[in-house]
Amino acid sequence: MKIYNKGPVFLGIVIFLALALFPFYNNFGKANKKLDIKTDTPAILEYEKVNGKKECVEPKAYMRGEHMVLINNWRDAVVRDDNRGYLSSTGKRWNMSLQNGCMQCHSNKKKFCDECHNYMAVKPFCWDCHIQPVEKEETQS
Amino acid sequence: MSMDRRKFLKVAGISSILGFGASVASATHPTWQPALRPDQMDRNKEALTAKRWAMVVDMTRFKTEEDFTKTINACHTIHNVPDFRKPDGTVDKKFEIKWIWNTTYEKAFPGMEERKYQSEHIKDMPFMVLCNHCTNPACVRVCPTKATYKLATGITMQDMHRCIGCRFCMAACPYGARSFNWIDPRRAANLDPAKGGKVNKEYPTRTKGVVEKCTFCTERLAVGKMPACVEAAPKGALIFGDLDDPSSEIRQIVSNKLTIRRKPELGTGPAIYYLIGGGDHA
Amino acid sequence: MLEKALEGSKKYWAWVGFLGIFALIGTYWYIRQFNEGLGLTGLHRDVSWGLYIGQFTFLVGVAASAVMLVIPYYLHDFKKFGKIVILGEFLAISAVTMCILFIFVDMGQPMRIMNVLLHPTPGSVMFWDSVVLSGYLFINALVGWVTLGSDRKGVPPPKWIKPWIYLSIPWAISIHTVTAFLYSGIPGRHFWLTAVMAARFLASAFAGGPALLIILALIVRKVSKFDAGKDVIQAVSRIVAYAMFANVFLLGLEFFTAFYSGIPGHQHPFVYLYKGLDGHAEIVPLMWTSTIFAVLSLVMLWVPSIRRKEGLLSIACVMLFISLWIDKGFGLIIGGFVPNPFEEVNPYWPTLPEAMITLGVWAIGFMVLTFLYKIAITVREQTAGVEIDH
Repeated sequence: MKIYNKGPVFLGIVIFLALALFPFYNNFGKANKKLDIKTDTPAILEYEKVNGKKECVEPKAYMRGEHMVLINNWRDAVVRDDNRGYLSSTGKRWNMSLQNGCMQCHSNKKKFCDECHNYMAVKPFCWDCHIQPVEKEETQS
Repeated sequence: MSMDRRKFLKVAGISSILGFGASVASATHPTWQPALRPDQMDRNKEALTAKRWAMVVDMTRFKTEEDFTKTINACHTIHNVPDFRKPDGTVDKKFEIKWIWNTTYEKAFPGMEERKYQSEHIKDMPFMVLCNHCTNPACVRVCPTKATYKLATGITMQDMHRCIGCRFCMAACPYGARSFNWIDPRRAANLDPAKGGKVNKEYPTRTKGVVEKCTFCTERLAVGKMPACVEAAPKGALIFGDLDDPSSEIRQIVSNKLTIRRKPELGTGPAIYYLIGGGDHA
Repeated sequence: MLEKALEGSKKYWAWVGFLGIFALIGTYWYIRQFNEGLGLTGLHRDVSWGLYIGQFTFLVGVAASAVMLVIPYYLHDFKKFGKIVILGEFLAISAVTMCILFIFVDMGQPMRIMNVLLHPTPGSVMFWDSVVLSGYLFINALVGWVTLGSDRKGVPPPKWIKPWIYLSIPWAISIHTVTAFLYSGIPGRHFWLTAVMAARFLASAFAGGPALLIILALIVRKVSKFDAGKDVIQAVSRIVAYAMFANVFLLGLEFFTAFYSGIPGHQHPFVYLYKGLDGHAEIVPLMWTSTIFAVLSLVMLWVPSIRRKEGLLSIACVMLFISLWIDKGFGLIIGGFVPNPFEEVNPYWPTLPEAMITLGVWAIGFMVLTFLYKIAITVREQTAGVEIDH
């Protein structure tokens, strides 16, 4: 088989491969960094002391995978239906609020939200409007 | 199946356009969410509720300049409303955002009558204005995304998460009640900690590019509190209540006293009533 | 056929490059506006729409005007329009492209644009406007492409395209009617609350669009072998004259209602635009330029001996275009917002970034137009002399 325009064709293939493989090259070795998510804020420790266990509004596995769905549903319920109490599958009632709910316990946004969001390279725009808890500047990196 | 080059390019082109559209759609909305089931929701027991929230403004109760500023500031501080100022300290009209403010009688009720014989004192009488939470609001009618809508309690609500910033509602509102975030509101001195500002941590700010306005303090009604302006205003100056309830104070006033509303002839059904002459209602 | 846009003379590429520079400058400013917000514009709380929405409104008219060529050619079998009709269809495509871009640059949260489709709201005129505009873009792209493709092959266009052509006629009227409804259906804006808004929009569209087309056809004749034909241009200029007369007449009706009724709120916008109000007269020189150009161009188009001289005709068309651009692309929007609902006059004037973004969108629109016309002209040059019956 004869290949026409050999030069440009192979150059094109090389450029394509370089572009396609760049993300793998760029992230090589970085993805294995272990996540360091902390749930040891004073509020959570206090809750554990009183209730004998740590718990979120829904079981941990659901929260890990579906918290964004839950938060969006909360948003619609509060803003569009003026309905603020959430009855969870664990039989408890929670106040549907990001600033006055979630972040009251998870006051460590950097080690809770950002740790995983950065890892997943997602940038939720919650904090364009919602006010994040004040955290002490990290001294170690 | 055979396909010539031309046909292949056509199919490839069209599918990549569709693919691009789909990816834009999915980037803005990562997942489609079903709403919460009714058995997952529970309204606050302490919430104040009504079939038709409305307000009576008794201007005779506002005596001093401070009565106004206290009322306005209560609202604007609680809701993190940015206060853009020019270097000389005056309001920067270019970025101005307001939920409740005072204007003059002449401006609040334009074109009502020939004013040649009215004294300056009457024309310039201050009048508190805010969103009228209309029964038939033009803003809700024109919004292309249902980002502004009516709640069951009669409040005209604004979903700042959904607003695309087209500003059709601002063109439609006959009361100038709506403000747009021309720049990031957190750049205003009163919200920027670097400039000595302070935010209310229990309420969000807004982001640039969305429209905002008075919400009749839905977040306070939900926990059994009166709207911030009502609490901060002089006693009896702002009467807030359920117009649908025949025994409510507001209904008594609207039934028995002389009140006027802004531009009722437009058919919007404003829910802010101005009490003329004051009296011994409260 | 697309490849025909990729080969051209040095002059062709110089022109494309010239437009490209403006497109790049506009893009640069748009990126800044995207990051910093619409605060970069001259808009404020009281005049919340401005240059962008004005351009959008004006260009919807340009897009709709293609129908003034489609009707005579396809409905009245006016064969002479065979050549120019494709120019009209391609002008419509580039105008709708600009419309969409102007809506986009005017949005506060452009990344949420899909909300219009995710939460469709049939009660909102803007929802319908997006539906009819995208539909019009599709119809014109389809009709233009298929008929030109058939011309190239020297065969009549396929039968299935005919319904699409007929559909494009009411559709063109719908885009401008719906756009007028954006304004004429909202309470509390005296200047906009008028039943003749849609009629006025259509009249000004059918004047401004074909006037632009005459200018374009004369340019095309200069730079290529493609000649729409002298009598065709004369025929189009008669359309322009009638439509412009209707437009001026309808504007006169607005004045009558406002001033004979004596309702102050109804008069204030007119006073602000044409005389100045509360010490503000920023727009007055523009509005009078528009008025004088409207009258002059109308007279020139009306007198046959002037109209027949193509040099004078093109001057008349340029004046008419500028007149309508000021009237609809600027005055219409500002008159709705000034005075504001408190009868205060807070004027608006576009900023430099805003003007640059506007120029950028026009440059992109003209680039699309250039490519499309290049394709059409090249195809027509190759099939010169062969007339295909559509």
